[in-house]
Amino acid sequence: MDIVYTIWLRNMKRYLRSKSRIIGSLGMPLFFLLVLGFGLNSVVRIPGGAGEDYTGFIVPGIVAMSVLFTSVFSGIQIIWDKQFGFLKETLVAPVSRLEIMLGQTMGGATTACIQGLIILVLSLFMGLNVTSALGLLIAAAFMVLIGLSFTAFGIAIASKMEDMHGFQLIMNFVIFPIFGLSGALFPIDSLPSWLRSLTLLDPLTYGVEGIRYGLAGTSQVHPFVGFVVLVGFTMFMLVAGAALFKKISV
Amino acid sequence: MFAIEVENLTKKFDGFTAVDSVSFTITSGEIFGLLGPNGAGKTTAISMLSTLLRPTSGSARVNGFEITKHEGDVRKSIGVVFQDQSLDEELTAYENMDFHARLYRIPRDVRQQKIAELLRLVELDEKKDNLVKTFSGGMRRRLEIARGLLHEPNVLFLDEPTLGLDPQTRNHLWAYIEQMNKEKGITIILTTHYMDEADRLCDRVAIIDKGKIIALDTPEKLKEELGGDVITIKASERDRLYEQLKALSWVIHVESHDGYVTINLQNAERHVAELARLSATNGIDIESLSIRKPTLEDVFLHYTGRTMREEEASSKDQMRLMHRLHRR
Repeated sequence: MDIVYTIWLRNMKRYLRSKSRIIGSLGMPLFFLLVLGFGLNSVVRIPGGAGEDYTGFIVPGIVAMSVLFTSVFSGIQIIWDKQFGFLKETLVAPVSRLEIMLGQTMGGATTACIQGLIILVLSLFMGLNVTSALGLLIAAAFMVLIGLSFTAFGIAIASKMEDMHGFQLIMNFVIFPIFGLSGALFPIDSLPSWLRSLTLLDPLTYGVEGIRYGLAGTSQVHPFVGFVVLVGFTMFMLVAGAALFKKISV
Repeated sequence: MFAIEVENLTKKFDGFTAVDSVSFTITSGEIFGLLGPNGAGKTTAISMLSTLLRPTSGSARVNGFEITKHEGDVRKSIGVVFQDQSLDEELTAYENMDFHARLYRIPRDVRQQKIAELLRLVELDEKKDNLVKTFSGGMRRRLEIARGLLHEPNVLFLDEPTLGLDPQTRNHLWAYIEQMNKEKGITIILTTHYMDEADRLCDRVAIIDKGKIIALDTPEKLKEELGGDVITIKASERDRLYEQLKALSWVIHVESHDGYVTINLQNAERHVAELARLSATNGIDIESLSIRKPTLEDVFLHYTGRTMREEEASSKDQMRLMHRLHRR
């Protein structure tokens, strides 16, 4: 555990030190929140949402988005460690690769959750009402799961990638579709059934719906089902990430 | 007592043999050098001995532990300073040390004290709270060496420790390396393509070329074997001169390479006159002639027929150097 903590600690220090990264990665979610939230608020009615406005609807989606992007990015950062040589320092130490991978995952998940929480706090100024502490806890639990699973996902990808050249490819063809297909920006119940089943294949959907249940009290996937699916996905990603990271060579 | 025993160690990458059935032993407390041009297989050898790379065949023991079976024990007992920088630039010098100390499970109560002691040794204690990205190349190297010593390894691997550093910093680093070896009795195995570095530091040197060890002895003995002196001649018709020289009884070895003819011999000063006469009677113009004591470069030339400098222009090394300079 002390090794996992050590690697986590390094991640935290780096994160807190890189102000530009913190601000930078808040940019896109804030942009979405402002443009979509204010821009579409008066135009869009959420069907079935009991008087809920669009801003309130997308806040959970944007929170999930910011956790998703930050966590994948944190996982992929392993490539930087590889290129800048620091990974060698960790790999040649008498510690297991599993510990390194878990430390990295915890670190990535923590930074991702902090980013998500910042968005959440900023949303309070945009009219988000958090009514119950339990709801907030539920939302936080789903954020943690998204953070863990997608950092592990990033590590898995990074273990297979030689350098950052593939990063754009991953962003455009994996991460954006995952975000787009989740119910972050639209209610999945109003989709045609074929598209709806596609969104149900997207693990992020369960995360978004879970956070939405916690913050707004409504969701289109039962939160318990969402929780079970997301825990399963997290387990799978941790195992896959650990297995691929074990084979990484520098 | 051997610190390192290597038997027929081999590493192949897709049909290319980087390290070819290499065997040697290193005694505890020795400074041992792997000298060779870039791409000779030095770094690959170090990577295998430090358990980062699995050998294709052969075996090696480091501090008595088999590198393929007891990786954890090997890692605990060695320190490694890689050829390419492996510091976290976003952390301070102290934090880099602290990270390392925690990874090697150095108990909390001695951690701080050991870090302070080592930072003082490499004269970085005043800069300990500065981010590494503000450090010069030499400071980074010193920090890496201090870090490599933090867990008190029996064996320290130094892969090209002074690559890209200015002469003054190099001298400084050499002094540290010698001091560590003497005071703490740490066995040091270093790779280098600088012959002066190997000559100055190493108790024994293995000259490695194309994955094979072609000579292994103390620098003095390696040079002695060439005879006492070296004469280098620059001449227009050096091939004809080469043929003439080959026949002479006092010439131990003669090599014709990149514009020069190099002769290994004893008591060079007695034969210079004869050389001049010989070339005059044969109508060969000598542009320049120099007498000197042999260096390890001559040893390399003797065994391979090439100078190490000829290998130097390798593009990978140039890029690496650029990268490192750029980063400073």
